This record gives sequence, C-alpha cells and structure tokens, in this order.
Amino acid sequence: MTDTSTSMSVSAAPKSPEKIARLKARYRAERRFRFYGRAAIAIAAGILIFLLSSIVYNSIPAFTQNFVELDIELAQDVIDPNFSNDAEIIYAADWQGLIKTSLRREFPEVNSRADKRELYDLVSSGAGDWVRDFVLDNPQAIGSMVRLAVPTSDDIDLLIKGLIDRNLPESDRLVSNKELGWLDHYTAQGRVHTQFAWVLFTSGDSREPEMAGLSGAFVGSLLTILVTLAVSFPIGVMAAIYLEELAPKNRITGIIEVNINNLAAVPSIVFGLLGLAVFISFFQMPRSAPLVGGLVLSLMTLPTIIIATRASLASIPPSIREAALGVGASRLQVIFHHVLPLAMPGILTGTIIGLAQAAGETAPLLMIGMMAFIVDTPTDITSKATVLPAQIYMWANNPERAFLPKTSAAIVVLLLFLLSVNATAIYFRKKFEKRW
Amino acid sequence: MSLTFLSVLIIILGAYSFLFGRRRVRHLTAQTDVKQHSLDGYHGAFVMACVILPAFSFAVLWSGFGPLVIENWLREFIANNSGALTNGEINVLVAKAKALHAGVINARFVGLETVEAAAYFGGLLETSSYLRAFGTLALALIGFYFSQKLIAPRFAVRQKVESIVIWVMIGASGVAILTTIGIVFSLIFETFMFFQKVPVLDFLFGLHWSPQIAIREDQAANPGEFGAIPLFAGTLLITFIALIVAVPVGLMAAVYLSEYASHGLRNFAKPTIEVLAGIPTVVYGFFAALVVAPLLRNSGADIGLTLSSESALAAGLVMGTMLIPFISSLSDDVINAVPQTLRDGASALGATKSETIKQVVLPAALPGIVSAILLAISRAIGETMIVVMAAGIAANLTANPFESVTTVTVQIVVLLIGDQEFDSAKTLAAFALGLVLFFITLILNVVALRIVNKYREQYD
Repeated sequence: MTDTSTSMSVSAAPKSPEKIARLKARYRAERRFRFYGRAAIAIAAGILIFLLSSIVYNSIPAFTQNFVELDIELAQDVIDPNFSNDAEIIYAADWQGLIKTSLRREFPEVNSRADKRELYDLVSSGAGDWVRDFVLDNPQAIGSMVRLAVPTSDDIDLLIKGLIDRNLPESDRLVSNKELGWLDHYTAQGRVHTQFAWVLFTSGDSREPEMAGLSGAFVGSLLTILVTLAVSFPIGVMAAIYLEELAPKNRITGIIEVNINNLAAVPSIVFGLLGLAVFISFFQMPRSAPLVGGLVLSLMTLPTIIIATRASLASIPPSIREAALGVGASRLQVIFHHVLPLAMPGILTGTIIGLAQAAGETAPLLMIGMMAFIVDTPTDITSKATVLPAQIYMWANNPERAFLPKTSAAIVVLLLFLLSVNATAIYFRKKFEKRW
Repeated sequence: MSLTFLSVLIIILGAYSFLFGRRRVRHLTAQTDVKQHSLDGYHGAFVMACVILPAFSFAVLWSGFGPLVIENWLREFIANNSGALTNGEINVLVAKAKALHAGVINARFVGLETVEAAAYFGGLLETSSYLRAFGTLALALIGFYFSQKLIAPRFAVRQKVESIVIWVMIGASGVAILTTIGIVFSLIFETFMFFQKVPVLDFLFGLHWSPQIAIREDQAANPGEFGAIPLFAGTLLITFIALIVAVPVGLMAAVYLSEYASHGLRNFAKPTIEVLAGIPTVVYGFFAALVVAPLLRNSGADIGLTLSSESALAAGLVMGTMLIPFISSLSDDVINAVPQTLRDGASALGATKSETIKQVVLPAALPGIVSAILLAISRAIGETMIVVMAAGIAANLTANPFESVTTVTVQIVVLLIGDQEFDSAKTLAAFALGLVLFFITLILNVVALRIVNKYREQYD
C-alpha cells in the first residue's frame, strides 16, 4: 500500500467555509467507514467468543459426576448361589437388586411402592455395573459388606451441581422433597462426592445421561476417517498429478476440471443421497457402517484434496522440472523423484484440512444411518457405528435435561480434536514450507 | 475369507513379488554381459503391479456386485418355493431371511421356508466368499507367472511401468466424473419414479406439503401432499436472513482487513474469522437451537413479540455467522486482486481512503463480490445441520421471520431418517428435493465461476 498522505499541502489557496465544512463531512464519512470495518471484525470475533464461551460454560458440569457411597451387602445367594465362581453367572447377577436392598436397609421407613421407586431413583439405573465391576475385580469380597461409591441418577446429579434449584416449590422441581431428604441423609454423613466424569471418555452411548459416554462415537469417527484417508488420499493425489502434470489440455480434461470444481460445491447432503442410493440400496452395503460413511466422505473430500494437491504442485518452480529433465529423467521420474517430494508438505496440509472437514461432517452420515443408538464400541469398519458429530446431534435432540451439558462437553471434545488436527496441519506447513 | 484378510494377503504377495522381480533381473543380468535396460526397481514394480492390480480389482468388483447377484438368486429361490407372491411379500421374506442369517431374529418366529431361505442365503454367501478368495489368489498367481517370465535384462520395463502408472492415474481422475454421474443418475432415477406417483407440476408449484403416507397398505390415510413451494419459500427466507448478516459483516471485515488494518491486527483477526469456518455445522446447529433460539424468544417476549421456538430468525442468524468467513475470505481475494494503480489514481485525485474504496475498489471488485455472494447463497441453500436442528418441520408458507419454517434440506433428512422403503413416495420425494437442490447449487456455482473468470481476464 502506498502512502496516500503525500498528496497533502498541495493547494495553498484560502479555503471557503463551505469547503471546510465539506472536508469535515468527508473526514467524518471516512471515520464512520473505518468504524464500520472495526465493528464488522468486532461482531465476527464477538460471535465466535460468545459461541465458544457459551458452549464451554454449558459443558463444565458434564466433566464432573457425583457419587454416593452405599453400604452394599454382596450376598452370596444373589451373586453366585451355587458357588460356581463362573464369571458369566456372576456377570448376570441381579446387581441392581443389591443396590435396592442397600437403599431399603438405609431407609427402613420407606414402605409404599411409589416411595420405593422414588428411593431407587436416587442412584443411577446403571449403578449395578459399578458393583459388578468391583466384584469381578475382587471376587473374595463376595459375602461381605462393602461401602461402594456408585453414580447418582442424573436428576440428583444436576441438583448437587446446582442446576436444579432446591428452593423451588416441589411441584416445579424434578427432585421431590423426599428425595432431597434421603440425599441430605447421605450428604450429612459425608458420603456424597464429586469426581471427574471418566464415564464421558470410557463408556459408549446410553439412554441414561449419567452413564453415556463418547468412546463408541470416538472410535467410530476414527474408523470412518481412516477409511476416508485410505480412499481419498491416493485417488486424490494421483488424479491431481495427472491433471496438473501429465494431462493433455483437451476437452476431456477440461470437463474433468470443471467437474471437480463443481463437486467441491455440491451440498454435503447430496453426497448422503448418493451414498444411500448407490452404496446401500444398490450395492447392499451395511447401513450405519464406517465403511459406507468413509466412502461417502471420501467422495466429498476428494475435490478438496485434488484442488490442494494441484495448487501445491503448481507452486513448484518449473526450473526444478527442467533441471531433472535436463539430466535425463523421464517425465514420471521428474514427478516422483523431484516434484512430489517438494510438494508433499502442501499436499499433506490440504489432506489434513480436508479430513478435519470430513470429521466434522454430519448431514451425509445421517442419510446412511450413522445416527443409530449404538451402545457397543465398533470393532471394524463393517460393524454398526456412530460418529462424534452424529452423537452430538442425537444428544442435542434428547429432551432429558442432563444431556444439555453432555452435548456441550461432546462439542468441546470434538472441537479440541479438530483443533489438534488443524494445528498439526499448520505445523506441517510452517515447518516444511519453502519460498521459491 | 474376509476382504481385509484378502487385501493383506495380496499386499504381502505384492511385496514378495517386488523383491522377487528385483532379484531375478539382477541374477539374469549377472549371467550375461548385456547392459540392463531399466533399473532393478522397475522390474520389481512391474511384477508387483501385475500381481496386485488384477487381483485387487477382481476382489473389489466381486465384493461390490456379488451381493446383487446373491440377492437376486435369493428372491428367485423364495418366489419358487413359496408360490405366487407379490413383490412386497417377497421383499419382506428376503429381509427376514437375511435377518435370520445375521442372527438378528430367532428361528422360532419365522416360517420353515424362511429358515430354508436363510440357509440357502448363507450357503451362497459362503460359496461367494470362497470363490472370491480363489479367484483373487488365482489372478495374483497368474499375474506373477506371466510377468516374471517377461523379465530380461533388455526388457524395456520402465516404459511399461510408467504407462501402467499413468493409466492408474487416469482411472483416479475418472473417479470424480464417476461421482458426478453417480449423483446425477441416482437422483434422476429416483426422481423419475417419484414423478410417476406425483405429477411434476404438483410438486414444483403445489402449496401444501404434508408427506404423511399410510404405513400399511390397508390404512386409509390421506395420500400425502407434495407441494414443494413452502419448502422453497422457507429456504429462501432463511437464506435471506443469513445473507443480511453475512454480507455486510463479511464484506466490511474483508475491506477493513485488506485496506486499513495494521499487520498485527490482520495477523490476529484473519485466523480468528477463519476459525468460524472450521467449526462443524452441527455445533452451529446446537448453538442456534439451544442458545440463540431461547435467547431470541426471551428477548422477544420482553418487547412483546411472540417468537416460535424454532423461528426462521435463529436459524438464519446462525447460518449468517457461518457464512461470514466464507464471504470475507472470497472478498478479500478479489479486493487484493484490484490493481494498486487504481487506488493510487484515486488518491492522486484527492479522494479519501473510504472514497477510494467505495467508488473505485468495490466497483472494480464487484463481479468477484457478486460471485462470492452467489457461492454463499449456494452454501446456505445446501446447509443442513443448522436448519435441521434449529428450524421447524412443519411446512408453513410465510415470510414472517419470527415463525417456524422448514427447508428443502430439513425435509430430505426428515423423510429419510429411519428405515426406508425404496418404493414409497415419501422416500422418493427426498430424492426429488435432492435433485432440485443439486441443480440450483450447480447453476449458482457455474454462474459464479463464470463471473470470476470473466473478471480475471479484465485485469490480467
């Protein structure tokens, strides 16, 4: 930008008042215009800060979880009545029943059916798993009385975190007065504590917010992205090399080029329709599988990778090619021995950015069923799976109050994941970038 | 044998044949006194390509088309076994037999002929898997045998390998074309079937959208109405709101960053705005539905406005946010492409900087900015997650941004989520909407690219 102030002090003629006023108005317009520009940037940055901070703020409660210590009698006749020591029999025992017994023992005055049900709602309906895992790790404890920390139910959890106001009238509150009393009984004895919510990272999806975690979705995302990488990277790089370095400039290559540019702008949901019609309906591939998800995302990512690779190849100066040709290399040797290694950082950066986009994509995966409720962690690319963004979508649609912080926490995890991926790309670019 | 295992096996065979080819040519050259034509590695690569390429293509093609053939045979088997059946009944039986084979349902709950069909299906699958493994390995061995026989010191193998590589590259470039063909054909095919059930004009110009189709044949529900005008109107309304946010903010940000901002601010603000582009749309959807929409509703209630909880306004505002970086980076490019001489000329005439921008730079950059806006419109029309989460499902024909509207993409998702029958008008309608979406975005992109290219020629 050249300095525009050098054109000052040219005219020395006396200025009339109108002239001065007009000049002032023009300067005011100039200041206003600058203000609009600053305001636009402030708005953009402000929205970003608001978006991120509201999500992080909402997510904080989901990273902790409250546990209550129950005195549980690990009754032999419930767990393993025949002393079989068979892990399968122990696994299938009525663990939730043990917890109910413990709660009834703690509050013998609770008699009516409705009250009992309310009492059982104090702890998570998955709390039995904690007892089970403890017993499977310590089989010698069968028959004894142990004090074990089990997760509270989601409403109690929210209450302890202060997200349900205990001063509200009982009718407006999800937790009844009785439940408050029972909880206070445990709190008074120091038997309620808050811990880091490991369950968010170690367990799969669940209908119960306090039991739901992201591990299944995370593995699903990884598998899907691996398929995407395995398909789109080689095809994209080869196509780009051909189009940039080898293809004759004729009608057909022209059509391919226009075609790739247009594909890059096709809405992602259309790729989902393609996947549904071709992969699932025609080729009978399994629904909800990372294989199909990865293939759909590959087709979507392909234009990005081709465009980035071509840009990277085009930035390598012709002198490199000419020097290699001059010492007798064939055209392919020039490309594979000289141009491609030099272009690799740019290609990898483009690929990583394309994959990060694919990892955050949801719409096409909804079309091919990758939003099913799946508890198990997927083991291979044809088993049923879901991905992080789809998990976020499902949790966001869940009406249970406790899923709101969970969803925000899942978003934080997704954003951190994408951030680290993009940071890798930037690192690559900074480290290997060459200026010619 | 699973496809993964088979692939690993082919790769191992390929690696071995590479080493073999390399060793073989060294050995042969050492026996004679002729000069070797190509480097050792090319011989290895040639044998490897002859082992891997045919075998792998065979395995992939077999895995792709095998299930189609098997499904057809299964249908025939069921049709022959159970006598006269309608197509629908056969479909049900096929699904049952498959579920039984997969172990999803118990044999107690299905008829004997289904158990037989499942056994038949399982047998076919097993045979197919064996045949695939056999064919693949046979092709690999045949390729190995014939290619290694060709190895000789004077064999011009480099040219062969290079032409193989080039053909593989041409094939890779063809994938892009195949994708487009796949999109167009699958959409057109399903849309064609849809228009046999619902007239084209009713779809394009009908004012009522309520695709409730009877679930069972005997249900006498209404046939469903497929007038897409409310969807188009809703899409346009949300797109319009988004542009009102994105165009001024994105454009002014680009102008300020490229014409005024100090180096430091630029280095900070540009990446900040670009972060907005990297946020997944599902996050924007969550933000719109659970943060912005309640905020708007509450503040609307404070000043006496009634906002629907799924108002077009919330979805539009958040979509606008998503488009800010899009507009700003595209406009930044075109503003930077305006030659400096134009600015200098305006300055020399005594124009202030903002006058230069408003009267010289922006008019010069106008075609580029228009194409940026067109691309943003195409992005907004095709955007799915924000509207799925924040806009409504009911098709209201309204221009009131405080009410709930629905969009083309929302309806595609709503129609297709869950299990679909591929011959119901409901499912096919989604493909018809997809075709409309595809063509509108395609036209917008082509026009935008045309404008950009024309404009580029002007200053180069």
